[in-house]
Amino acid sequence: MRKLMVSAYKEVLLLLRDWGGLAILFFMPSVLIITITLIQESTFKAVGESALPIVLVDEDRGEIGRLVAENLKASPNVELITEADGQPIDDGQARALVGEGKYQIALVIPEGISDELNEKVNHNVEKILGEFALTESDSTDGGQENKVWETKEINIYFDPAAGQTFRNSVKNNIERMLSKVEVRKIYDVFIDEMGLTEDPGLLDEEIIAFREIIAQKGNDGIIPNAVQHNVPAWILFGIFFIVVPLGINLVKEKNLGTYIRLRTSPVSYAVILGGKIVTYTVICLIQFALMLLIAKYIFPLIGLIEFDPGGQLPLMLLIAFVAGLAAIGLGILIGTIAETQEQSAPFGAIFVIILAALGGVWVPTFIMPEVMQKVSAFSPMNWGISAFYDVILRNGGAADIAQPLGYLLLFFAITLLAAIGYDKRHQTT
Amino acid sequence: MEEIIRIQRLSKRYSGSDRFALDGLSLSIGKGEIFGLLGPNGAGKTTLIATLCGMIKPTSGQLWFHNLSYQHHRRRIQRQIGVVPQEYALYPTLTATENLYYFGSLYGLPSAELKQRIADGLDRVGLTDFAKKPIKTFSGGMQRRVNLLAGILHRPNVLFLDEPTVGVDVHSKEVIMTLLNELNEQGTTIIYSSHHLNEAQHFCTRIAIIDAGKIVVEGQPENLIASIAGATTLENVFIHLTGSQLRDYA
Repeated sequence: MRKLMVSAYKEVLLLLRDWGGLAILFFMPSVLIITITLIQESTFKAVGESALPIVLVDEDRGEIGRLVAENLKASPNVELITEADGQPIDDGQARALVGEGKYQIALVIPEGISDELNEKVNHNVEKILGEFALTESDSTDGGQENKVWETKEINIYFDPAAGQTFRNSVKNNIERMLSKVEVRKIYDVFIDEMGLTEDPGLLDEEIIAFREIIAQKGNDGIIPNAVQHNVPAWILFGIFFIVVPLGINLVKEKNLGTYIRLRTSPVSYAVILGGKIVTYTVICLIQFALMLLIAKYIFPLIGLIEFDPGGQLPLMLLIAFVAGLAAIGLGILIGTIAETQEQSAPFGAIFVIILAALGGVWVPTFIMPEVMQKVSAFSPMNWGISAFYDVILRNGGAADIAQPLGYLLLFFAITLLAAIGYDKRHQTT
Repeated sequence: MEEIIRIQRLSKRYSGSDRFALDGLSLSIGKGEIFGLLGPNGAGKTTLIATLCGMIKPTSGQLWFHNLSYQHHRRRIQRQIGVVPQEYALYPTLTATENLYYFGSLYGLPSAELKQRIADGLDRVGLTDFAKKPIKTFSGGMQRRVNLLAGILHRPNVLFLDEPTVGVDVHSKEVIMTLLNELNEQGTTIIYSSHHLNEAQHFCTRIAIIDAGKIVVEGQPENLIASIAGATTLENVFIHLTGSQLRDYA
């Protein structure tokens, strides 16, 4: 036990005198969690909360153009842009402005769309009512019985840099708004054709409404927000980045010559590794605490939502501990197999990024292609995130996270045994 | 003389290699000897020392330390040996004391006793004033002296030295050689590997010249010199027995 503790103490001393290593271990994950959460939050706001500038070119100058402008103006998330340098923006200018990246979206209402819509709606309503003999046949409409309607297109210009998700989101919102305009128009024509003097107000209330309910266990769960999704994911990412300094530590030791002394002293490789495991486990827990403190106290200062563990701190600590062991096992394996720092550092970093991508740190696993979802099930980061989400978002207990924690412990055991086995074989053959 | 190491028909072929690094080598080393292992590059010296230190397993053959078999008592044997590698086997960012404390602890020395041995050792090699300085600030000679101390803190019965004085100045070399002679007088067997044939000639009580994994000759330096007509130094003997051609292996 003394040999183990002395080995751990030596690792602590080595780390305390390696400012670069400390930066990787503590500073970089802290910067990462703040930066990523801020970026994701602002991206979210770009589509949802903050005012998004939309260029509107109304070549129609009729009812549709007016309704679209009114709807956009009424939206708190939209800043309506119709002029540039005091002059109305035309189609060509709108395209150029978006193409240059000055604005992300432009909407061009084509000339004559209101007339076209009015004509089409009037014709269709009269036709429907005529079927029920509610209106007299108008001899002037007879010629339009088989009229082919020319489809008018509303052009939406997107900034080429705008992502597909962003484009889909905006397009869906505009389509929904235009559908409402169309429905309103049809409704008005019905009222008019039926000779009603007062609007019965059928469109004033929505027939179907939605209520968002978070399906958690129990009733005392917290309402999940972007921060509660991000913090566990990036805590895990930071913990797994321990693979890089740990791998470098092992390779350095091998190349220093101290390795010869260690291998000729009466201690097993497991004890040497044990010292590293103890030290780096403590580092993982410090990382975890540091990132939680940042999420709780720094986030509100920079306009982000405060992270609230909601009484699940002990279980979160348990997950961080076990995930830390899995990361350490991987770092030890990489450091044992790699012969140079040039091998271990880039491989470790890229491998962790791959594990993070597969694990659902950036993109939730449920929207991944089926094949990738199956692959994702083998990522230790996926097990860690699942456990964190079970605890934080689903209000789960220890029993709910037993399986992912079991997988993480198994991963630790396999990687550690593989490293010891590789070292034994490599050193004695 | 009491035998401390016995080697019988020792062979070692590394996986993937088509040549034997050690080829049926037999040797006996007595307690209290300063035994020199000399040979050209690639002769098998490093492999032999690595095998005797328990770092690698032989392909075939037998090895005993006293009456302990390496196959079954590797840890017990490792407690009784000390190793001073050619490389500076120290952590550059740790101080001399921290390095020595760590390596001494691996041999299970009690803390108080270890601290006393470190203080005595640093005093003996003239580094007391530098005890709390990081190794990376030390000169080559200072690092060599700490490197040696790290291998002898636990007072090993057998000490393996690989080029213990390479790259050091005359003063550091004098301190190191004096300390090694003192250790030998106190009963430590020394197994010494070097390309400094002049140093080996004066330091070693017995020598084996190895080439191509086999022992070419062994004996006391003065007897080996006398056995070759016209030889006046160990270097003459070495060239006579191993030839002048370069030994390059990849």
